[in-house]
Amino acid sequence: MATNTKEESTRRDFLFVTTGAFAAVGGAAAVWPLIDQMNPDASVKALASIEADLSAIEEGQSVTFKWRGQPVFVRHRTPSEIEEAKAVSLDDLKDPAPDSERVIAGHEQWLVMVGLCTHLGCVPLGQKPGEEKGDFNGWFCPCHGSHYDSAGRIRKGPAPKNLVLPPFEFLSDTLIKIG
Amino acid sequence: MAGNSNYNPTNKVEKWFDERLPLLRFSKEHLMDFPSPRNINYWWTFGAVLAIMLIVQIVTGIILAMHYTPNIAMAFDSVEHIRRDVNYGRIIQGTHAVGASMFFFAVYVHMFRGLYYGSYKAPREILWILGVVIFLLMMATAFMGYVLPWGQMSFWGATVITNLFSAIPIIGTPILEFLRGGFAVDNPTLNRFFSLHYLLPFVIAAVVALHIWALHVPGNGNPTGVEVKSSADTLPFHPYFTMKDLFVVVVFFIPFAWFVFFAPDILGHADNYIEANPFVTPAHIVPEWYLLPFYAMLRAIDFDVFFISAKLGGVIIMFGSIIILMVLPWLDGSKVRSGSFRPMFKPFYWLFVLNFLLLMYLGGQGAEGIYVILSKVATAYYFGYFLVILPILARIETPKPLPSSISQAVLDKNK
Repeated sequence: MATNTKEESTRRDFLFVTTGAFAAVGGAAAVWPLIDQMNPDASVKALASIEADLSAIEEGQSVTFKWRGQPVFVRHRTPSEIEEAKAVSLDDLKDPAPDSERVIAGHEQWLVMVGLCTHLGCVPLGQKPGEEKGDFNGWFCPCHGSHYDSAGRIRKGPAPKNLVLPPFEFLSDTLIKIG
Repeated sequence: MAGNSNYNPTNKVEKWFDERLPLLRFSKEHLMDFPSPRNINYWWTFGAVLAIMLIVQIVTGIILAMHYTPNIAMAFDSVEHIRRDVNYGRIIQGTHAVGASMFFFAVYVHMFRGLYYGSYKAPREILWILGVVIFLLMMATAFMGYVLPWGQMSFWGATVITNLFSAIPIIGTPILEFLRGGFAVDNPTLNRFFSLHYLLPFVIAAVVALHIWALHVPGNGNPTGVEVKSSADTLPFHPYFTMKDLFVVVVFFIPFAWFVFFAPDILGHADNYIEANPFVTPAHIVPEWYLLPFYAMLRAIDFDVFFISAKLGGVIIMFGSIIILMVLPWLDGSKVRSGSFRPMFKPFYWLFVLNFLLLMYLGGQGAEGIYVILSKVATAYYFGYFLVILPILARIETPKPLPSSISQAVLDKNK
């Protein structure tokens, strides 16, 4: 088209652009599966929810469940632990949340949280009897010294947030579905 | 510096071949006759050491892959199987694991050589940037390799490092799950790390080829920083520098062999001999020694800056500490390359070296007390050196007079 001095689109230009556009869309469509295969697969997603039986957990006891490859802390809180958590002023909290937002109403004794420190993802101590529970009678992360209270709220140390609450619901008084 | 070949095919077969694929001509030009400044010192031999180390890692790695199983149920045992059952497996696995440390030791010497002698300055900016790319690829490869034995440090190192990406606003969590192939570090993560750990060394080899290509356009720098002016300034690469390089490789292999034969685990962490357990975190998560300076800078940022959270700030600082090397040629405006002729530059340079070693020490300590403050000071100096000191020195420093040529410098020295 060197001889064509007029700036005028031709049928050839149209074909050129549409061919290019088809090649780009086709190329992107072909590449997408190669990228998307990296995302969590069906077998991983199939394990994205679990049912946890709480009936065997005595008051004051804690149990760790495995959900999505991560530990989930379930604590059967004693009345004194609940009172302790409720008594805390919101002004003392780095990530303010009243105790009522940390549990499901009517099931205040059950605290269900993802057991990973919100700093860099270590597993805090405090689940087993005899383990260090930190300065606030909850959990203590040994990696960089974060202290969590009896509602799993961050009280001291480098972690920015409270322990994360997973999505869960009560199927009955002693059976929960996490995820 | 092409076209300095004195290759003359001596027989008809060579001539026939040369006219079709001038492979021998190319090799003679670039591997044998390549004119190298006659005054380059021992700090210039580490490029060759690094080339050898890349080959050592690829050869031992390919062999290890013949015996290793990338599955969370078997990975830990398969590494023990290599060390206990496979013929010479103890030596081959030890060479690969210690080799990573030796590789990084050599690359740090090579990089600090470049920082002192201004190897990054025009016309060698692309050469330098390719070097930084290789360094980044090396860190990614080493990190993923460390995950493969599936010990406690493997697992928790992978958890903490992939967690860094969750600091990215909005798309952080999808990226995290994309990288891990799940909600936590698990079998899909191990599988892809194995695949990529096998791939990346070959990518490194390709970038090394570009690195050497970019080196052979302007030719080597040298301790005076004065460019080559005549053939009196140079010697052919072979035999003068091939032999010098080989000598250093032999010396370098002595401590390497000592580690492999007598202390293959001394550079690693004892916790990595406990199989990975997603429910128990080791008391102190520390990366391998060669990544500690960057880990220290990551942790140094424990405060929010405006809308940037401490976590994201740490990630930006850690990646920034390497990315800043890429723009170094434009930060250091001094026309004099070699630190030997820069009286004000020298103390700041050596302080930078000490500061880097301090960061390495701090990265291995707990994030508490005096270590936190020292980490912040050391991180500030690391960035201050590039962003403040070098640009200012370029304006105010009076360099010492440069020799008129390399050969003149050599003759003056031998007076």
